Amino acid sequence: MKYFNRAAETMPRSELHALQSERLKALVKRVYENVQHYRAKMDAVKLKPSDIKSIDDLHKLPYTTKADLRANYPFGLFAVPKRDIVRIHASSGTTGKLTVVGYTQNDIRDWAEGCARALVMAGMDENSVVHVSYGYGLFTGGLGAHYGAELLGATAVPVSAGNTPRQLMLLKDFGADCICCTPSYAIYLAEELAKAGISKSELNLKAGLFGAEPWSEAMRKQIEAGFGIKAYDIYGLSEICGPGVGAECVTQSGTHIAEDMYYPEIVDTDTLEPLGYNKKGEIVFTTLTKEGIPLIRYRTRDITSLDDGVCACGRTHVRMARIEGRSDDMLIIRGVNVFPSQIETVLLSAGDAIGPHYRIVVDRADNLDTIEIQVELTEKAFGDTVKSIEKIKARLAGDMQSHLSVSAKITIMEPNSIPRSEGKAVRIIDNRKY
Amino acid sequence: MLVNQIAVFLENRKGRMAALSDALSKEKINLIELFIADTTEFGIVRMITDDNPRALKVLKENGFTVTSNNLIGVEVADVPGGLASILSAFDENGIDIEYLYSFSRKEAGKAFILVKVADNDAALKALAKYNVKPLGKF
Repeated sequence: MKYFNRAAETMPRSELHALQSERLKALVKRVYENVQHYRAKMDAVKLKPSDIKSIDDLHKLPYTTKADLRANYPFGLFAVPKRDIVRIHASSGTTGKLTVVGYTQNDIRDWAEGCARALVMAGMDENSVVHVSYGYGLFTGGLGAHYGAELLGATAVPVSAGNTPRQLMLLKDFGADCICCTPSYAIYLAEELAKAGISKSELNLKAGLFGAEPWSEAMRKQIEAGFGIKAYDIYGLSEICGPGVGAECVTQSGTHIAEDMYYPEIVDTDTLEPLGYNKKGEIVFTTLTKEGIPLIRYRTRDITSLDDGVCACGRTHVRMARIEGRSDDMLIIRGVNVFPSQIETVLLSAGDAIGPHYRIVVDRADNLDTIEIQVELTEKAFGDTVKSIEKIKARLAGDMQSHLSVSAKITIMEPNSIPRSEGKAVRIIDNRKY
Repeated sequence: MLVNQIAVFLENRKGRMAALSDALSKEKINLIELFIADTTEFGIVRMITDDNPRALKVLKENGFTVTSNNLIGVEVADVPGGLASILSAFDENGIDIEYLYSFSRKEAGKAFILVKVADNDAALKALAKYNVKPLGKF
């Protein structure tokens, strides 16, 4: 099986342009009529849906940001009545509130198609067993890969995250052909596999789809050697749909963006001017087919570039380079998005037990991301017992876990021990090497 | 009787303990006793000096996180069973001990026991029923 949807994936670019234009016109009309937020934004720049005549007019439309999602929390940007929404997912917001997305039945189908295309790109077909180690829940990773595998007609194994010994046992016993998880977890799993004395030849694995965090060629080599497989990138973000916005083909030369569904632009992070192909900037998406929560020119904050060169696999869709970084301060910890502002919100709630200065240290130990939050004890909060300090630590650690959905180590430091800076405070130290 | 103690929060960082003793030494403050409760990341230094109010001030000025509080202090004979006799008095009166430490003056045949409890008044009242010797001069 070479393509999941040959017509869409190999569509000549002139035809694709026409399809994108038709879909954009319909989309703009839809959101103008159904979503107050978009109507107000378009009215403000005196733009009517009829002004959008093709995909080339996209640049006239205002951007959408995470702040817009927050301002319309939870369902304000939905473009269909609630009865048509069949699923909700959510990811981290910048403060206490989550970023919420809703899917119609068609959206779920399109999302599954993106993941099914990715699986086929990685060499899977209806006979494959797909081991899904992404978390299942509000996070889109698990259910996205799962529905993709089912739509393909493959066998989905919804193991979800965690419990490494069981992961290894099931990979072996069920004879999985493909594994889906974060690249850092894949490296960890490969190491545990070796430690458990299971040889690569005892597994049936041929490929893996890895995403939800940035990774590198060095990590790819490690995963491929550890499992004896081909490791492919799968890209996505919950705001656009989840995994499957793009995926790598067998040539491993960039991530094909499913351009018939998600229109990508690269823009300058300072001027916000569109940059065109082969230039580095922030990738921005317009969801051409989405019904539940269509987003127009959504700023992902991911820094990358697009290549429209012909790909040997026959697909005509542009290829995205590896994500090089972010244009905001979001951290990705074990696949979970964490904003420093979320951490600050939790610290503020601790009252005067800790001082106003803090530092976030991100690292990678045994191939798993670690996050340490250093705070200063205040004199007021200092009792003379160990338990009074352990209590502050335990409370902060518990609050972080529930707000960030990832565990953080809390380190209580002496007052004035966190370096002060005169300019912009350096609060984040990321020691990870990709 | 109540004995005043100073407690200092110290991160487990190289040189912190030296900095603390240095600060006291410069001010010619003498340590009578010092104990450290340690965890993997931090320690709490508990000490009694010959001038606690001044020691507190000096340490604060040197940027240490300090607090002072009162412990129950009793004196026992430096013989087997000395500590046991006191602990049973606490136990019989249902007084929880948060921590305690002791030190002895061999030449005087005395041992001093310092006890941290939640309610000093209640503990003193309970101990008054026993023939407990309050702590005298160190």
